[in-house]
Amino acid sequence: MEAATVTRAAPAPATGSGWRRIDRIFVGLCWASGITLCLIAGSLVLFMLFKGLQYVSLDLLTTHPVADLDQSKTGGFLDPLIGTVILAVLGTLIALPLGVGAAVWLTEYGRPSWLARSVESGIEMVAGTPSIVLAIFGLLLFSQQFLSFLSFTAEGNAVFGRSFFAAGAMMSLIALPLIFGATRSALQAIPGHVREASYALGKTKAATIRRVLLPMSREGVATGTALGMGRIAGDTAIVVILLGATLRLQGVGDAPVIGTLRGTGSTLTSYVYNNSPAGEGNAPDKAYAAAFVLLMVVIALNFGIDLITSRRARHS
Amino acid sequence: MVPPPIRRIELEAEPTVVAPSTPETRNGGHSSVGLAAPRRRPQRAAAGIERMRTDELSVAYGGKPAVIEVTLPVRKGEVLALIGPSGCGKTTLLRSLNRLTELTATASMTGSITLDGEDIHAQEVTSLRRRVSMVFQQPNPFPMSVFDNVAYALREQGNRHPRREELRPQVEEALQRAGLWEEVADDLSHPALRLSGGQQQRLCIARALAVRPEVLLLDEPCSALDPRSTQTIEELIIKLRDELAVVIVTHNLQQAYRIADFVGFMYLGELVEYGQADEVFGAPRAKRTKDYISGGFG
Repeated sequence: MEAATVTRAAPAPATGSGWRRIDRIFVGLCWASGITLCLIAGSLVLFMLFKGLQYVSLDLLTTHPVADLDQSKTGGFLDPLIGTVILAVLGTLIALPLGVGAAVWLTEYGRPSWLARSVESGIEMVAGTPSIVLAIFGLLLFSQQFLSFLSFTAEGNAVFGRSFFAAGAMMSLIALPLIFGATRSALQAIPGHVREASYALGKTKAATIRRVLLPMSREGVATGTALGMGRIAGDTAIVVILLGATLRLQGVGDAPVIGTLRGTGSTLTSYVYNNSPAGEGNAPDKAYAAAFVLLMVVIALNFGIDLITSRRARHS
Repeated sequence: MVPPPIRRIELEAEPTVVAPSTPETRNGGHSSVGLAAPRRRPQRAAAGIERMRTDELSVAYGGKPAVIEVTLPVRKGEVLALIGPSGCGKTTLLRSLNRLTELTATASMTGSITLDGEDIHAQEVTSLRRRVSMVFQQPNPFPMSVFDNVAYALREQGNRHPRREELRPQVEEALQRAGLWEEVADDLSHPALRLSGGQQQRLCIARALAVRPEVLLLDEPCSALDPRSTQTIEELIIKLRDELAVVIVTHNLQQAYRIADFVGFMYLGELVEYGQADEVFGAPRAKRTKDYISGGFG
């Protein structure tokens, strides 16, 4: 074996013809797994395109959903579409400062170390918690009296605990570990002498973080945010339990934005679930159309964030 | 302390070396500069005003000594080169001069360092570092424009936009002192990371000069650069000597010989020899210095 290895491996041509058999098998496996993944992703998109484009129309995107037994009379999914966008934005707005802040604290300060370790394992635990567990926990939390201002209070002072605020807060926990992880790796990738260069110019740690380290890790933050938003847009359990999954947006009170956020609604995921053959709505055509739109929304979110970062990074 | 083990070197002639010999592979080599290269600087007669001084300075990392009882003056108007094999403590000594060693959690220090007679630990660290500025081994401009890099140090903490026009003369001056102005004057908004390695390092020097420091610390500033950029930077250092005190750490003995007025040779944390460059290179007093500069170990 050894002798054969030596003679065969002697010249290392780029073509691969002189490689050892084990190398060739391994390269083949790598190719195969890469191509398989491409095929899976491609067939998913193609299937959604085929099924979705069959049923999707502009009308569906602009009309409110209606509860009806006849599939042709159930309207569109404007409300779930808006709900998805609200929830993704709200969740990200909460998760972004928390995730970036925790990552900065951990990489740049990280003291005392026992606290750093607990923060790290805490975030890992949140990352590993199933979203339905987060949802149930959230329902318990937001039904408390002192948080009644975040949702709707029924007669007899029972706090409903279901609202965009409640769902957004729990959704932020889904995005948080992703934003945290991506920001932390970006910060860790910055060599130490860059920090020292800033300190050596008489800059404080805060100024260094703000003016050098965060701009340098912008791409990582964006990647984490895109991933987090995608996860929020794709989660169903929290929507069903914490958003009420009402067909239409149902605001509380008269305040235009706050009222909506305190109220209930649904998202494309809960809409798809309800209208799939498994749900009670049973309008599979619309489920396919909504699923297609959801996929497009997530792709558009990623693309938009890529665009923003690359435009701002061009100057550096 | 047990005397350090030194590999004995067979010396062909008397160790009155004219110029040190370094392996050509190190630091890119200087093929254009022969062994007996003329020194680029004119000899200086009198010593300048003393600005900084370390007194019995010892620095240890987690109890392990890196610098042992070093007493060393840093004067204005001269270039002080710290030489010695890897791990001899010269970079630690340099970093302690503007308190960068404090960033290492395990570092501890005894002895004193003064700037104009005042203990540097009694001063505010941010203002100290503006007076004692530093350039690093790796060119490390920040990912912003050339202008913003130089203006970075000038701007107040966290303040993003003081008037740009106000800073412009200072930025221009710093770039001129660093010999980079002609090359970047057309486009100050050019991203700094798209400059060549040599230009980036001169930008880092400009950045350090922008705050008008009194002492400039250079930690092997040329070791990542090609010979041509090295030459430019060496000429620059010699020019800067008149205005401020320069301390340079270098692995390149030829470089030390070319640009230094005074040389400190360090070995295993101790300052083995300190003196005028000609004396240290021409007639080293200590055996260890002799061995080192004749290309022996390290």
